[in-house]
Amino acid sequence: MAKLETDSKLVQDYAFGFTTEIEDDQIPMGLNEDIIRMISDKKNEPDWMRAFRLKAFRHWLTMTEPKWAFLDYPEIDFQDICYYSAPRKPGEGDDVDPELARTFERLGIPMNERDRLSGVAVDVVFDSVSVGTTHQELLEEKGIIFCSFSEAIQEHPDLVQQYMGMVVPYKDNYYAALNAAVFTDGSFCFIPKGVKCPVELSTYFRINAENTGQFERTLVICEEDAYCSYIEGCTAPARDTNQLHAAVVELVTLDRAEIKYSTVQNWFAGDEEGKGGIYNFVTKRGLCRGAHSKISWTQVEVGSAITWKYPSCILEGDHSTGEFYSVAFTNNRMQADTGTKMIHVGKNTSSTIISKGISAGKSDNSYRGLVQILPSADHAKNYSACDSMLVGPDCSANTFPYIESENDTAVVAHEATTSSISEDQLFYLRSRGISEEDAASLVVKGFCKEVFKKLPMEFSVEAVKLLELKLEGSIG
Amino acid sequence: MNKELIICDLHVSIDGSPILKGVNLDIKPGEVHALMGPNGSGKSTLSSVLMGHPAYEVTKGSITFGGEDLLDLAPEERARLGMFLAFQYPVAIPGVNVSKFLKSAADAIHPDGKVNATDFLKDLRANMAYLEMDAAFANRGLNEGFSGGEKKRMEILQMLTLKPHLAIMDETDSGLDIDALRVVSKGVNKLMDEPFSLLVITHYERILEYLKPKFLHILMDGRVVLSGGPELVKQLEEKGYDWVKEAAAKQQSAAV
Repeated sequence: MAKLETDSKLVQDYAFGFTTEIEDDQIPMGLNEDIIRMISDKKNEPDWMRAFRLKAFRHWLTMTEPKWAFLDYPEIDFQDICYYSAPRKPGEGDDVDPELARTFERLGIPMNERDRLSGVAVDVVFDSVSVGTTHQELLEEKGIIFCSFSEAIQEHPDLVQQYMGMVVPYKDNYYAALNAAVFTDGSFCFIPKGVKCPVELSTYFRINAENTGQFERTLVICEEDAYCSYIEGCTAPARDTNQLHAAVVELVTLDRAEIKYSTVQNWFAGDEEGKGGIYNFVTKRGLCRGAHSKISWTQVEVGSAITWKYPSCILEGDHSTGEFYSVAFTNNRMQADTGTKMIHVGKNTSSTIISKGISAGKSDNSYRGLVQILPSADHAKNYSACDSMLVGPDCSANTFPYIESENDTAVVAHEATTSSISEDQLFYLRSRGISEEDAASLVVKGFCKEVFKKLPMEFSVEAVKLLELKLEGSIG
Repeated sequence: MNKELIICDLHVSIDGSPILKGVNLDIKPGEVHALMGPNGSGKSTLSSVLMGHPAYEVTKGSITFGGEDLLDLAPEERARLGMFLAFQYPVAIPGVNVSKFLKSAADAIHPDGKVNATDFLKDLRANMAYLEMDAAFANRGLNEGFSGGEKKRMEILQMLTLKPHLAIMDETDSGLDIDALRVVSKGVNKLMDEPFSLLVITHYERILEYLKPKFLHILMDGRVVLSGGPELVKQLEEKGYDWVKEAAAKQQSAAV
């Protein structure tokens, strides 16, 4: 299929929209039990894994696509997707396929150990497979496991069997069931008792092949008193067909453990008329299983034609804490329905939700959130602030907050605002010599600051730059 | 360069209704002018229009600054020519750090597009100390949670940072206590060391005692109806705007 005309400004601005010419190993299009067995064979999986997939697939067949989100897109033909595509000879470490190495160099992700990013260990997922993980020696010393999901299935089957599906069971929802049936790779992190991971753990997801869906699964476990900060980045080539991305992320923290999970999602969003782009249906959930444990989600969502994503926390351990900090920017014809769920189970659990939605162009941007206080959650606390900013007259912003409290000792506070980027603010800044575009960019960045400052340092700088780039041309 | 402001027969409307109906005013470099007038006479409209607020429509007349036609210029271009407006109600820009904002503004105004970061910080600290401001303000969100007095000081801090050739102060003194008024005036007077002209819009005599304008104008119903020297202030305080109407009528009939 043809690539998008490169004279479209949007496509030019999307610096990640190039394609890598590489020989692929693909299975036939379509979805049935044979395809699932084929995936499982390709990955040389043990029987229990294959059984898990088939069970999930059979369940998925009984489910229907959820339609409650504020999203409008044509029916997805699940038979018209290729569920496995991998570079034929990816190579490893310093022997990685030069074409692949060049791709990730262009994306700013050096793959060989020599040029590796200091302070960040990276797992790189290209289409359906992981093509390398850096910093292995340092991590091994600490007893940290950070590898591709496929490798974890082979090397750490007990851990995978113990935790996979604990937070997001295969029956959870339509896309989670689909993912459980066809997922091909992803990252696995295990931080043992008492270990504070000394580097940022990061996965970079790249969709390359056409008509391919990416279905990755990530599992992060922090045992008692362990800590890690995990970063996820995503890009895809600019194509005029829609591609499906349906991931599952599960996080588990035991007593006093903490996971900080940050995402910058910049999948191709389609062109100005809404042609092409990624359909992003993602289930992300963390389980604060232990007392005094903490899970913090920070997301900067600036890509995808459709975003359906609610990173959530189940606060099971007493005194556990869940946080959700989000910036969602939509432009042109993009549609985002995103938010979080905070499920309070344990006593004295607390959660914070800070959501900043910015809509420009003809886009729709919705916050959807649930705060649920179960009868057992004495003295639970939640604070939610959901702010929306409209840039231009043709976009929309919606807020759908749900609060279900079954315990009278709970304290739940919700604030929401919707504002247009104000003429008075722009005039004020312009009267100081700052151009209209820079003034708008300052106002928007200020609006998002509370969330950006939660990101790891270098990542935060990148996120600000990315947002600036996305804002260009959407003002005035 | 001769940065003279000339306002000639200026007519301005907002949403189709006329506010200014033929304003004439001439401010030469180094001059301090005061503009007074009852509520609703068009004072704030004039200040917004001088700075180029997009909501106002100039239907007739001209404004030039140093020979440049301001009506062709965007607010940021006017600022780069050396104009400055101290707002009556400065807006808050949440999350935008004061010192970073001031640096962006100073860079934008500077002919080279960039000021030296070390010098900038040194000046900023000195200016804040001069305005008796807590250094912590530099790291707060711009006007975010500021009291009325703090916002006005922030306006003067911006003025000291950007060193304009012409400043318009739109009721900067309203709502200020004696100490804040003294500090604000001290800040403005510091700029007078350099060639600097000023248009002070106010309701009160007090700030004029500090800033000592040589020229005073009274705006009523969209026109400058009376102009004179400092002696006008006293008369206005004593006799109010009704007297102005009569005096204006006399001045006009004398002119005819």
